[in-house]
Amino acid sequence: MMQTSSTIPISAQVEPPWVLPSRGVVGMACLIMAESAIFIIFVVAYIYYIGRSLSGPMPAQVLELPIFSTICLLSSSFTVHYAVSALRKDNVRGCTLGLAGTVLLGAIFLTMTGREWYHLIHDFGLTIRTNLFGTTFYSLVGLHATHVVIGLTMLTIALTLSVTGHVKETHAERLDVLSIYWHFVDGVWVVVFLVVYVLGR
Amino acid sequence: MAITTPVLAAIDQTLTRRRPPSTVLYEWVSTVDHKKIGLMYIAYGLIFLLIGGLEATLMRIQLAVPNNHFVSPQVFNRLFTMHGTTMVFWVGMMVLFGFGNYLVPLMIGARDMAFPRLNAFSFWISAFGGVLLYFSYLAGDGLYGMGSAPDVGWFAYAPLTAKVFSPGHSTDYWTLSILLSGIGSTGTALNIVTTTICMRCKGMKMMRLPLFVWLMLVASFLVFVAVSPLTAAQIMLIIDRYLGAHFFDTQAGGSAVLWMHFFWIFGHPEVYILVLPAFGFVSEIIPVFSRKAIFGYPAMVAATVAIGFISLSVWAHHMFTVGMGPEGNTFFVFSTMVISVPTGIKIFNWLGTLWGGKIIFKVPMMFCIAFLFQFLVAGLTGIMLSAAPFNWQLSGSYFVIAHFHYVLVGSIITALFGAFYYWYPKVTGRLMSETLGKWHFWLFIIGFHLTFDLMHVPGLLGMPRRIYTYEASRGWGWLNLLVGIGALFQAAGTLVFVYNLVRSYYRGEIAGPDPWDAWTLEWATPSPPPAYNFAVEPTVYSRRPLWDLKHPEDQDTEYE
Repeated sequence: MMQTSSTIPISAQVEPPWVLPSRGVVGMACLIMAESAIFIIFVVAYIYYIGRSLSGPMPAQVLELPIFSTICLLSSSFTVHYAVSALRKDNVRGCTLGLAGTVLLGAIFLTMTGREWYHLIHDFGLTIRTNLFGTTFYSLVGLHATHVVIGLTMLTIALTLSVTGHVKETHAERLDVLSIYWHFVDGVWVVVFLVVYVLGR
Repeated sequence: MAITTPVLAAIDQTLTRRRPPSTVLYEWVSTVDHKKIGLMYIAYGLIFLLIGGLEATLMRIQLAVPNNHFVSPQVFNRLFTMHGTTMVFWVGMMVLFGFGNYLVPLMIGARDMAFPRLNAFSFWISAFGGVLLYFSYLAGDGLYGMGSAPDVGWFAYAPLTAKVFSPGHSTDYWTLSILLSGIGSTGTALNIVTTTICMRCKGMKMMRLPLFVWLMLVASFLVFVAVSPLTAAQIMLIIDRYLGAHFFDTQAGGSAVLWMHFFWIFGHPEVYILVLPAFGFVSEIIPVFSRKAIFGYPAMVAATVAIGFISLSVWAHHMFTVGMGPEGNTFFVFSTMVISVPTGIKIFNWLGTLWGGKIIFKVPMMFCIAFLFQFLVAGLTGIMLSAAPFNWQLSGSYFVIAHFHYVLVGSIITALFGAFYYWYPKVTGRLMSETLGKWHFWLFIIGFHLTFDLMHVPGLLGMPRRIYTYEASRGWGWLNLLVGIGALFQAAGTLVFVYNLVRSYYRGEIAGPDPWDAWTLEWATPSPPPAYNFAVEPTVYSRRPLWDLKHPEDQDTEYE
């Protein structure tokens, strides 16, 4: 017994180092929590009003599955993740490429949404005033598209800074916070896609 | 009484030289210091408290005698709408967030909030919302000449808010100002959560946080999940009113009940957002004035978190009369009753703290004792109203008004007054007058009981809320007269309080850093604290760091 206690150094004074989580990540997590609540309310309204429109057009008549734009938006999660991990390894060139890919894919998504809306308004006369479907569809998809626009704006700023050589490895954490937001926007799209295009049709 | 704590004492660099008013004004408007922003929140909230109180007084004068024509029915509708909206969003939220802003960084040993500029933004956007709400008195008419201020009630049920039924711009001002307040609240809540999690000084583990910080933390989480639905609902209402959408348009198949759900998903947790910081004040003040550590700290934290969760599942008890069916009713009856369990735990723990303590009856403690009684009664009438059959009888009556004013005034405002007396010396360096404080206490408490105890009775006798006037034959007249007299007592008490605030700033007794011999970190800084709070970042080893410093022979660490 004596031997054991003398060979194992026990010190009550050793405390684990005082490490706290990153402010950016926690702040973004809070924002995502608040935003999720907003989206949940819009999704609940959408689901509640499915099939309650008093007049046409109905979702089944006019909506087409946006497969291509969904693939674009979901793959942009991978490119933005690549950009952050490249920057962590001090690979600024890789980061720029990743950001450029993300902005491109996000822009394609927005363009496709714009085309879809043009098609719905121009060919089917479906506006936000037409019926409950129009009301809930444009507001839910539009709310998501607004978030895509905000994310794209920030990503474009990051890309511009990266192209002009202002982005360093030390900025990896900040870019990480932005990428979390972008992943959230992608995740919301999965829900919107399932509710609007699968459940709602 | 004050024991200096040299390690934590900061170098006081407060400027004594007088500066021109423009410089001072610029400093306040452009500040990102959490203490200044906190004080602006509180000052703003107090101004709105006086406005909201004036509106309440006008309503009580109108209702004091039967068949009264002191104000017109239209003005009366505006008064109760503006009173409710003002008191919840620009008094409750502003003052409580002000205290949170001021105290949270000081209590956790941080030098500022996590995002100081976001903090300033949140304050100014909320403040702008309040100005916008009252601007409706001037601009609500619009081009239609359709009434000035909002008159749709503070929960603005659909379809009354539709363009057809509320023409003009008054409802737009209401919805936009609440949208702005929601953005501001979310920003501040985000800041408080991030500060609490990421800015704690060395050794300030989560289970060593002062209870006020815990309660602000849970209240801030509630802001995310409760205020955001209101923001979403306001966006829908704005889309309805401006783009002709049909969310709450019953003519096009929209649902008025959906608005009720969305509003109360916000509305009930909102009560807890307001009352949790009040619990925080009480949990800080009672131990200090009982000279004992808080009884059952872990149970207090667990009860707080439990209240936070359960409060999200009780909203439809505001809607029993809508007809949700037996399943919905049963669920919300039981979830509402369950929430009284963690709340009861809190009351028992406060009593446990008082038990065997050396109780000092200074004004902050007096308000806390009043809080304990009044909050208990508020909770009991809450349990009565949670029973659906009882609720069917009394929903929308003055009994409900009396119940929730018992919570908002009897619990939240009362605890808030205690908090003012308790932290005023920290903020200004001077104690508030005890004599005036006692006048304030007795006037306010007598007025409160006169008003809100008696208000239950006309409710039970069938007096509906929001009526403009009533017939003499109803027999509510003398009760309403006494209720009105109580309102005057409360107004007088509040004016004494405001006078005390101003007078003590110039004439109050010099307080020193730690006038109450308290234990949390804010008392380790000079009064008022310098801009950087702590010259040396403190290290804590227990829940009562200042106790440890003052009593090296009797460390708290041995008991926790």
